[in-house]
Amino acid sequence: MNTKDSKCPRDPIAAHLRDVPRSGIRDFFEIVSSVPDVISLGIGEPDFDTPWHVREASMFALEKGATKYTSNMGLPKLRKAIARYVGDTFHVSYDADREVLITVGVSEALDLAVRALVNPGDEVLYHEPSYVSYRPLIQFAHGCPVPVETRREEGFRITRDRLEERITERSRLLILNYPNNPTGAVLNREDVRIMAECAREHDLMVITDEIYAEMTYNGSHVSIASMPEMKERTIFLHGFSKSWAMTGFRIGYACAPPELTEAMMKIHQYTMLCAPILSQEAAMEALNEPDNDIREMRDEYVRHRNYIYHAFRDMGLPCVEPGGAFYAFPYIGDTGISSKDFALRLLEEEKVAVVPGSAFGACGEGYVRCSYATSLEELKEAMTRMAGFVRRITSC
Amino acid sequence: MDELLKILKNNALESPGNIAKMLNMSEDEVRKRIKEYEKKGIIRGYQAVVNEDQLDINRVMAVIEVTVTPEREGGFDRVSNRISRFPEVESLYLVSGDYDLLLFVEGRDLKSVSSFVSERLATIEGVKSTVTHFMLKTYKHHGVEMESQDEYERLKVSP
Ligand SMILES: Cc1ncc(COP(=O)(O)O)c(C=O)c1O
Repeated sequence: MNTKDSKCPRDPIAAHLRDVPRSGIRDFFEIVSSVPDVISLGIGEPDFDTPWHVREASMFALEKGATKYTSNMGLPKLRKAIARYVGDTFHVSYDADREVLITVGVSEALDLAVRALVNPGDEVLYHEPSYVSYRPLIQFAHGCPVPVETRREEGFRITRDRLEERITERSRLLILNYPNNPTGAVLNREDVRIMAECAREHDLMVITDEIYAEMTYNGSHVSIASMPEMKERTIFLHGFSKSWAMTGFRIGYACAPPELTEAMMKIHQYTMLCAPILSQEAAMEALNEPDNDIREMRDEYVRHRNYIYHAFRDMGLPCVEPGGAFYAFPYIGDTGISSKDFALRLLEEEKVAVVPGSAFGACGEGYVRCSYATSLEELKEAMTRMAGFVRRITSC
Repeated sequence: MDELLKILKNNALESPGNIAKMLNMSEDEVRKRIKEYEKKGIIRGYQAVVNEDQLDINRVMAVIEVTVTPEREGGFDRVSNRISRFPEVESLYLVSGDYDLLLFVEGRDLKSVSSFVSERLATIEGVKSTVTHFMLKTYKHHGVEMESQDEYERLKVSP
């Protein structure tokens, strides 16, 4: 029996959580929210409305009484539609009954995938600058996060050398995210082939977060799951948040061979039970005419991408031309201030919000993330103000 | 459709400089292509989209369905061209269905539109019948919603 004195109470928070810092994005959000009339380029979601036919279909589903649980895996008709879409678009075939799991956004799918694969102490490789969730999710699963640096000179594409430098005998898993948040980088077919080769050689499992796949602008998107002998070691993640502007529906999915899907399902069935049925009905409708919905948004993102890329060039900020997603990641290191100070001063002095690159990992320092999923009017105004700001701080 | 036209259809005031940035071309090239479109008659004008319901002006719009006897030579063209010359006629379409022509007509008041229909339109040779609908309120015009609805705002910063 424990009869220790009660003067020094045990920390009630689980030890492995204490090592996870607060999200840099959340901190910054609170600062930005306190400033009125900000033009924000800090928003990681589309500025388009969800296509009307999708919203309309969800209202209809509600009227019909779609208010119940669905099977754990998700509505069978939706899993079928997803298997067809992924087959046509990504050239990987998944069995709708056993290899597709509908989740509450890619967020849940990521958590399931990491927890399904990681044993305590396993090393998980992911490329940085990266989406903010990967590192904490690995920590929640008692894994060791191992960031692999990507660099501007290499277009922020992950390379074999930099990956292999970080591989040890405890490396178990590689997380890939292209098109990339926050850099806008994409991989070409050869890059993907090399990553597949590395994964096979070093016996790594792969989680590939391809949530921005349809937002690929210069070439066509290639999924690592479609490479030879890769389907069996890959969990493919995708969702409706970005390509269909459905962030608030919270709907996504994981595709993987049956034993992997079954493992994720073990967690999902007890923690989530199922994704919301209304969102599943909406997703079903979204898959009815994906090309129509996506084309117009993609065309607009391309125009905004070109605009912002030229604007940074005119300002003298080095920037890789983003090949996908809706982010640009210009280098502001030459101004002599940190990315956090840059973002704070830009907010204070010009009322423009961008996200400091350091929020996306140590090697994001020196950069800021600018989302161009914003109206052209705002984008123009933001670029004018930012140009003035850059001129001011570099001339003194 | 050409990207340049898409941009201008959306905002005819967009500057050639900005268009050039968006389309990765030079400003001169943009100006040249706009000129060409104008010369070819593909771009036929630039107009503001005005919510006239908000203006305190007396004005009446009507939609008129017209049935016409097609002619052996030229079908509906002769009659349609004749009708479209009237300045009261804002738009004119040949349509499929129960009637042939669909007109959008503008007038000072009910009386002036009625007299346009009975005295000018219905009397044209070849016009068999007309049905007039007066417009009560505009919800959407040229792809633009006329009432701004309350929108949910996005979070100012998100991952
Ligand atoms: C790379 C990446 N993965 C996953 C997500 C989360 O997406 P969802 O809305 O499907 O949970 C985001 C959202 O910002 C993202 O950028």
